[in-house]
Amino acid sequence: MSDDAVFVIDHSRCIGCRACVQACEECGTHRGRSMIHLDEVDAGPLGSRQTAPTVCMHCTDPTCAEVCPADAIKQNEDGVVQSALKPRCIACSNCVLACPFGVPKVVGEIDLMMKCDLCLDRTSAGSKPMCASVCPSDALWYGTPEEFAATRVGTLGDVFAFGDQAVTTRVKVVLGEEPGPLDVLSGRAPASWLDDPFALGEAS
Amino acid sequence: MARPPLPEEELVARFGPHRNDAPPDGWQHHGPIDREVRTHCCFCGQQCGILLKVAGDRVVGFEPRYDFPFNRGKLCPKGVKRYLQDNHPDRLLDPLVRTPAGFEPVSWDEALGRTVRELRRIQAEHGPDAVAVLGGASLTTEKSYLLGKLARLALGTRHIDYNGRLCMVSAGVGYKKAFGVDRAPNPWSDIPHADVVFVIGANIADCAPITTSYIWRARDRGARLIVADPRVTPIARTADLFLGLRPGTDSALLSAMLHHLIARDLVDHDFVAAHTEGFEAAAEAVAPQSPSWAAAITGVPAARIEEAAEAWAAPDTGMLLHARGLEHQSKGVVNVSAAINLALACGRIGRRGCGPNMITGQGNGQGGREHGQKCDQLPGGRDLADPRHRAEVAAVWGCDPDELPAPGHSAYEILEAIERGEIRGLLSICFNPVVSLPDTARTRAALERLEHFTVIDFFLSETARHADVVLAGSLHEEDEGVVTTAEGRVVKINAAVPPPGNARRDTEILIELGRRLGAERYFPYTSNREVFEELRRASAGGVADYAGITWERLEAEDGVFWPCPHEDHPGTPRLFEDLRFPTPSGRARFVPTPWRPPAEQTDEEFPIWFTTGRVVSQYLSGEQTRRIGQLVDQYPEPLCEVHPRLAEFLGVVDGDLVRVTSRRGSIELPARVTATIRPDTVFVPYHWGGRKAANQLTNPALDPESRIPEFKVCAVRLERVAGRAT
Repeated sequence: MSDDAVFVIDHSRCIGCRACVQACEECGTHRGRSMIHLDEVDAGPLGSRQTAPTVCMHCTDPTCAEVCPADAIKQNEDGVVQSALKPRCIACSNCVLACPFGVPKVVGEIDLMMKCDLCLDRTSAGSKPMCASVCPSDALWYGTPEEFAATRVGTLGDVFAFGDQAVTTRVKVVLGEEPGPLDVLSGRAPASWLDDPFALGEAS
Repeated sequence: MARPPLPEEELVARFGPHRNDAPPDGWQHHGPIDREVRTHCCFCGQQCGILLKVAGDRVVGFEPRYDFPFNRGKLCPKGVKRYLQDNHPDRLLDPLVRTPAGFEPVSWDEALGRTVRELRRIQAEHGPDAVAVLGGASLTTEKSYLLGKLARLALGTRHIDYNGRLCMVSAGVGYKKAFGVDRAPNPWSDIPHADVVFVIGANIADCAPITTSYIWRARDRGARLIVADPRVTPIARTADLFLGLRPGTDSALLSAMLHHLIARDLVDHDFVAAHTEGFEAAAEAVAPQSPSWAAAITGVPAARIEEAAEAWAAPDTGMLLHARGLEHQSKGVVNVSAAINLALACGRIGRRGCGPNMITGQGNGQGGREHGQKCDQLPGGRDLADPRHRAEVAAVWGCDPDELPAPGHSAYEILEAIERGEIRGLLSICFNPVVSLPDTARTRAALERLEHFTVIDFFLSETARHADVVLAGSLHEEDEGVVTTAEGRVVKINAAVPPPGNARRDTEILIELGRRLGAERYFPYTSNREVFEELRRASAGGVADYAGITWERLEAEDGVFWPCPHEDHPGTPRLFEDLRFPTPSGRARFVPTPWRPPAEQTDEEFPIWFTTGRVVSQYLSGEQTRRIGQLVDQYPEPLCEVHPRLAEFLGVVDGDLVRVTSRRGSIELPARVTATIRPDTVFVPYHWGGRKAANQLTNPALDPESRIPEFKVCAVRLERVAGRAT
């Protein structure tokens, strides 16, 4: 892969298959532990069938590192935020509480914070991250911005507002053609049938 | 009497399903890898390319295979975790015979000898057709071919059929009627070029996950997506148009769409006149099936049906994708014909981005149905009833055409013949009818009537518990051969490891059985390659012509699409580009689609529609995927999907136990309350056996042409029972 490859999430394409969750467990740097989060979004007219994958967003100014009292969370030269350094981490969970995306996990039995490290072992060797490799629907995608623009619709967003805090991330999310909030239920403009998929409101 | 020798709990304790949760030396072991074997996933007809990591003759992991053009590294969760079926505690390591104390290991000589002795005894006493053979569409094409040859020439029985009968035979019949050939007409690389994609009766996200990426590529180009299904499936959620039809009403919906195209004069008359026949009869059949008529049948408002018809007809290109939702009905063939008619009416065939396409379900669903394990078929997609076809295959096999038996019973009819005592001996491979046939109680009772039952399998399936002899066979990654994917692409399956213990390759077992049955001259093979080379010759000149395909070409060219009649032929990714069809007239045929309701109707006693299907983490009867811990955790047990409105009426909340009862049986399971299903319909996935089997309820009404059972629609009642999901 090219050095300027970016990780892209398009929530509207997620089919909830959990291939990413299963594949993350196979990643060489944390075998047997899946670091990806797959949430059911309990919203919209159809209830909780939409799923949303969350990898580490790799913030440019990572809150997890800012709040770490042990200075255990580091970014590499590419801006990838790494799991806590084992000798330093005191498993205090400050990062877990502070991360605006809810990404880090503290693994109790080894007293260590672990999180998605963008498959450093794979990406540093020119390969795609495991989850973006397997994702059947390209909801998780890895490639250059030029490749994205040439093959896919939607604009890429990387600034998130959490109250007063604005966070810029290395990982991008796909927004609609128009600026505005991200709607994970439809991606594009929601189709009118979604209001009443089985036409319960009209005599048929 | 082929009864399980011990209570279910004791058999489960000994043979599973148990879970395998980790690679053989644990997650923390980072030993060296000896090799990465290029092969394909064993689960489903997409046949994604995958690399299996091997260390010390054990499969220890996987790596995405970015070079294979179909999936370019993509995998669903089953593909990711497929390697955990290896090194499994439940794996059969020896041939077994049933004793009153359970199943005991014996020598191969004793197991094979007993099988041959018993089958021959039954045939001597009751005639050659008193023995039947059941095969499966997850077998390699070579094994399917050998099984057909074994039945016809070694056993001399008419009765061989396979679990593809439960899969997509309705599509096969429908495509043969329309086009003279049973294959998806397009390569999947055509999907991104469609301006409209119409998905009906196909839960693509759960059953063919990789296909979602093809649909999104079309949508990135601006294609519209129309989905018709009783459930808002994951791919439906973002569709431009959704038609939430009642189960069992697909042909009414499709016929009404054709009615509307005719009424609005949206038919491609030039194409119809030049390249098709039968349009008038089809038009006559849909004349009474107007959108307003269909609205009452399907529950889809007439305006949405009309909008869908116009959205389908408007652009230059379009693809219609369908799967088991259409096919698993007692009018499965009519449904498929109605879908094909819509494509033909718009001239959508033989061009890039144009065509009706079936999404084959099983691993070798396509190849497994081409070369002779179907009850009416010979290699090359030939017809067993056709004297010319019989002579062609007999010439390759070196037998007299009269030695070939006549066509026999289909899969469910074999079960019925066992029930009647006509078939008394059975040899089965790659088929788990106790879980996968409709009306489970009847299936078990029928199997118990067998005088002799031999099963070839790698785990002791629910069906193998009934066997007298179990021959320990091979997993997908332990044998070598070819399969044909949903696209019609023949690909090579490479053996990664040898079978463990005393288990043997299925291919060797079938050859050895043929020889022991006295047919040495028909089973002279010394290698799998020799079987494939004979298959090439036997298919030459047939519809499914593999004559020009070699194992080397499959590796070098990322597979070859059949027909491929000679080695200089590039293969045929897209069928019918010259708009010549292998039908008697050379034209594509419209087939009339008069309305026929499902075999069973709802009434006061059974007021709710019941439909079944799959979940993404399980494969078919679950024999493999219910043994992989992470896949079990993803969807541990069947749930009954219930709409909030029906749930409220019944006083049921999410997680309550409900009892679902049909005329054939009942099942108790937790309710999953969800607004993504029709309020008059409930859904249960079918991957489990015993008391968790959805097929305790389903209706064995067969399609009169394809003999497929009506898994997708029957009538049930629903009640809340005490208790909650645990």
